[in-house]
Amino acid sequence: MADSGLQPRVVGSLSHSRVSSAAAPWLERLLEAGLFGCALLSVATTAGIVGVLALETLAFFREVSLGQLLFDTQWTPLFHEKHFGLWPLLAGTCLTSGIALLVALPLGLLAAIYLSEFASPPLRRCLKPALELLAGIPTIVYGYFALVFVTPVLQKLVPGLAGFNSLGAGIVLGIMLIPMISSLSEDALFAVPNGLREGAYALGAARLPTIFRVVLPAAMSGIAASVILAASRAVGETMIVAIAAGQQPRLTLDPRVPVETMTAYVVQVSMGDTPAGTLEYRTIFVVGAALFSITFVMNALSFRFKRRFQGSN
Amino acid sequence: MQTLERETSLRRTRARVTERVFIGICLLAVALPLGLLLLLLGELVKDGVERLSWQFLTSYPSRRAELAGILPALTGSLWLISLTALMTLPVGVGAAVYLEEYARGRRGANWIEINIANLAGVPSVIYGLLGLGVFVRQLGLGRSVLAGAATLALLVLPIVILSAREALRTVSPALREACYALGATRWQAIQRVVLPMALPGILTGSILALSRAIGETAPLIVVGALSYVTFLPDGIHSPYTALPIQIFSWVSRPQPEFMVNAAAGIVVLLGCMLLLNGVAILLRHRLQKRVG
Repeated sequence: MADSGLQPRVVGSLSHSRVSSAAAPWLERLLEAGLFGCALLSVATTAGIVGVLALETLAFFREVSLGQLLFDTQWTPLFHEKHFGLWPLLAGTCLTSGIALLVALPLGLLAAIYLSEFASPPLRRCLKPALELLAGIPTIVYGYFALVFVTPVLQKLVPGLAGFNSLGAGIVLGIMLIPMISSLSEDALFAVPNGLREGAYALGAARLPTIFRVVLPAAMSGIAASVILAASRAVGETMIVAIAAGQQPRLTLDPRVPVETMTAYVVQVSMGDTPAGTLEYRTIFVVGAALFSITFVMNALSFRFKRRFQGSN
Repeated sequence: MQTLERETSLRRTRARVTERVFIGICLLAVALPLGLLLLLLGELVKDGVERLSWQFLTSYPSRRAELAGILPALTGSLWLISLTALMTLPVGVGAAVYLEEYARGRRGANWIEINIANLAGVPSVIYGLLGLGVFVRQLGLGRSVLAGAATLALLVLPIVILSAREALRTVSPALREACYALGATRWQAIQRVVLPMALPGILTGSILALSRAIGETAPLIVVGALSYVTFLPDGIHSPYTALPIQIFSWVSRPQPEFMVNAAAGIVVLLGCMLLLNGVAILLRHRLQKRVG
């Protein structure tokens, strides 16, 4: 519209006398300013998030040193003897996210390959929204599935699996992430020009070598974007891990025992009655700040990869 | 010569077989999660259906699982979703109109766009912390349904903006130009032509965004939704609980009877979401016919 070459404002002033209900120019300006204000609210939201997290985190560091956060190996802010080492929460988060990606990456990628390379158009049109459905189910429902259905089945297969564990939570989290990987990866695969495939066929390559040696490498940046985005979602996911992975901060990579993720810790403190201004209250903002930083970097990275694949076609 | 031919044909069949196997594995990767979801949903309904009754929908929570109901949770969710819609829809559509109709190509606009894309990737629990810091503490709203709805409104705002922009983009530029040719101002073109044309898309996207908000749990826990409420909200400053919060509190209990309640609660929650999605589809169909 802006590139149409018309000058709406000039037209507007001309029309003022002809169209009886034309808004006055100052009203037009005011409306535009109001709409701009709406758009600006999103910027204010970001500023608010950063501001709130930074403020409480700074207040926290007046009482606890950064060294404690980084070098202590215990996280017990709610106990009498307080330790503020972030590593147990980080380990819990990495463990559940890692298991989730181990599930979501192969399944999501294979699904993307199927949808892009093998499925007939009608089947594709029907399977895509079906997969999206997986991402539309509230996470609390997945948490229930992990705790009530998946963990008891796993307990029969894995000896020594506790009732709360990162294995069950991670697997269910992975299922939730499949559409995220499959959808974006499929876009990337689909965007690979057909000329590349035809070139490979012309050189005598069969279908599978073409997919693995030509199409997948060409779509790699889009696939990377989808995987990083899924990882970021896994790190920030809350209810599945709060329900099924337990609430015991523990520095371990054992998928059978209860752990606590950063997000689950925020939920645990919020469920209790922690008065504002206390050190315990501030810890959730510190954990939130760490969580925000990690997901922000991942999202930015994913955005960069995505732009590369979208720019290439 | 003959052995060479036989070898190539052998290699070809082998390639064809591996291809078939691979396609099978790929298909499995699609079918497995979908099948699992269906299976789990089936188990869920089977578990929850015995508790589902009129009494379950119209009772207050109780220490005895079979007497407990979801009336305060259902009412609270209704309050939350209505207030969220009231707050987020005007702002979201306004922002989308600004970005699509006024700001194309302006430098600040690009910046706002990147910011919105970033916000869409922020974990929902972080929005809870924002709500806790700003609405609950700074603005002194406390653990009120207003604070919860404001938090949810900010959470779904990026989705509303993105879907409203999509809808605005489907309106042909020729229509806008026709408006200007007839002497309309920019706002007149937006108000009388662009918005009515884009309305079905905007409404559908907004309802889908709200149906996501109704299932959000983590931010509400952080801004202090209660888990045991024996009254209904009587205003925007009232304490409240919500359907997902009630489900979470039942899931957190060790007694298996409460798991049945949780399953029944989830069935109701999914039913609400299904209803909203159905309304969105119906609305789009109806309005599209009228505009068309």
